[in-house]
Amino acid sequence: MTATTSELRQPASARGATLPSARRLLLWTGMAVLLAWVLVPIYFVALGAFGGRLGVFRWPKTIFPADFSVASMMQFLAIEGVLNALINSLIAAGLTVLFSVLLGAPAGYALARYSFRGQNAYRLLVLLTRAFPLAILALPLTVSFIRLGLYDTPFGVSLIHTVLALPFAALVTQSLFMGIPREYEEAAWVFGCTRFQAFLKVVLPLALPGLAATAIFAFVISWNEVFAASILTVRERTLTAYLLRILAESPLHYRFAGGFILIIPSVLFIFAVRKYLFAVWGIASK
Amino acid sequence: MADIVIDRVVKEFGSFRALQEVSLTVRDGEFVALLGPSGCGKTTLLRIIAGLEKQNAGRVVIGGRDVSDLAPRRRGLAMVFQNYAVFPHMTVFENVAFGLRMQKAPQAEVKRKVERAASLLHIDSYLDRYPAKLSGGQRQRVAVARALAVEPAVLLMDEPLSNLDALLRLEMRTELKAVLREAGTTTIYVTHDQTEAMGLADRIAVMYGGKIDQIGTPLEVYATPATRFVGGFLGSPPMNFIKVRCAQGMARIGEAAVPCPPADGELELGLRGEDASLDPGGSGIPFDVRVVEPMGSHLLLTGSIDGQLARIVAPPTAHVTAGERVALTVDPSRLTWIDGATGRALARA
Repeated sequence: MTATTSELRQPASARGATLPSARRLLLWTGMAVLLAWVLVPIYFVALGAFGGRLGVFRWPKTIFPADFSVASMMQFLAIEGVLNALINSLIAAGLTVLFSVLLGAPAGYALARYSFRGQNAYRLLVLLTRAFPLAILALPLTVSFIRLGLYDTPFGVSLIHTVLALPFAALVTQSLFMGIPREYEEAAWVFGCTRFQAFLKVVLPLALPGLAATAIFAFVISWNEVFAASILTVRERTLTAYLLRILAESPLHYRFAGGFILIIPSVLFIFAVRKYLFAVWGIASK
Repeated sequence: MADIVIDRVVKEFGSFRALQEVSLTVRDGEFVALLGPSGCGKTTLLRIIAGLEKQNAGRVVIGGRDVSDLAPRRRGLAMVFQNYAVFPHMTVFENVAFGLRMQKAPQAEVKRKVERAASLLHIDSYLDRYPAKLSGGQRQRVAVARALAVEPAVLLMDEPLSNLDALLRLEMRTELKAVLREAGTTTIYVTHDQTEAMGLADRIAVMYGGKIDQIGTPLEVYATPATRFVGGFLGSPPMNFIKVRCAQGMARIGEAAVPCPPADGELELGLRGEDASLDPGGSGIPFDVRVVEPMGSHLLLTGSIDGQLARIVAPPTAHVTAGERVALTVDPSRLTWIDGATGRALARA
């Protein structure tokens, strides 16, 4: 009896010891694959951008650029209009983030906290705005933008990008606010807060991680959007729209430089708000 | 300190009447428990007092001031929620200080009052921790400390112990009673747990179906229930109800007869399990024992009286076996007589 139990126990303990290390291996492999998935293409783009004219065509690729230079990057930035387009893109994306959070979060809050007539229809309508193909709207939009004086401005572009980002902002923040128990707010009211103070002091800090994610999403939507930006601007193009026009006739290493510059702001933005993406404190009520 | 007057409060959710003209007066410094099964309207009533829910009709008066239309923050009360609602993004200190900060109390006063509330509830050693690092019982203490720190005139508690495990609940109950006695706050305490209500409250308001069936001291409510529901809801085992026929002031149960109040038609005899004593060989009420459960402190006998289910509590040393017929003697003054048609108790002689 004792012999069998000890025999049984040994493999069990051996398995107990190997299991975590096997799992750790799996975890690290997974992380490495994910990192490679994201970083390798970015690295090749960077290699093309900084390797100069010859570096682009060299094969096999070297791990480090043989003749690292920022020359092509500088030349690219010196192309007329690139810097201006970059600034336009940042303005448009920044305004899109601002508008979609400022308009989307209250809508999400209302959907989460109040029940009102037509709530479900409203929820569906919010999504249906995405079902409208932008191409159909392009001409009327251009005409009315010209009339309103919004044509060829980053502000005008940001309005359209806000329309694209808003449904997601409203629905994401809705589920975000639903996850914050109503009792927190009620406790704040009882202990002396107005509704707005309770929102600022209790709901907002708890919602920050989700709001940051919403902001990132809006930023990326605006940054990557080409169609509306191309149609609604002529001289004040956003970077994506501008690159689309000029890159077709540029040498390859300029294209890489342009691609690299397109990547950087998104990465920087996500890096800046990353700490809000991880809940710093668990939203636990029990 | 303040008294609370609830004056014919009505609350409707759509076509459902959650509260039907509830009136209740709580004296200054009194501890009143609202006791009832889930869905009886007790939490709704508490939320109306707090201002978190708006009544359809009626008034709430706290300390002589009609607060019916005031926002929660203007009512001068504090509340402990069922799931504690301790703010997860603030330290324990900031949680307890929350109400004082909203009153813009000076820093020194905040510190003094927070420390006092914290020591009262034994949470002084975790003041700089976040709630996520606390156990359920500790969070509960934080919630109570937060409510006491503002020294409220009125304290409302919504099933504050129901999320704790049994042992902790017992411990917190005792402690809560001591702390609240010391603070002398007018308290309304919502619970579905009768032992909590009995143990804590000065008076118990038993609610059922959106109405207060009875209000009285724990002993009154227990010994002299006003309705069949109150008798059946309080006590473990619940009160036994035995249908009897009354004639000429005597009710016949089997061979025995018990004096009953003058009334026509069907009556129900309400009998607490511990108010009957075994009378070996006597000629009392016949009781057919079906199951004997030794509970340690007593024997729980389940059986039938006159063909109707009954539970009787006997001393642990009694010799009773299942299948036996025993005789019960009862003290007529401890019986409750209920009108079979209305479910209400008849006036005592």
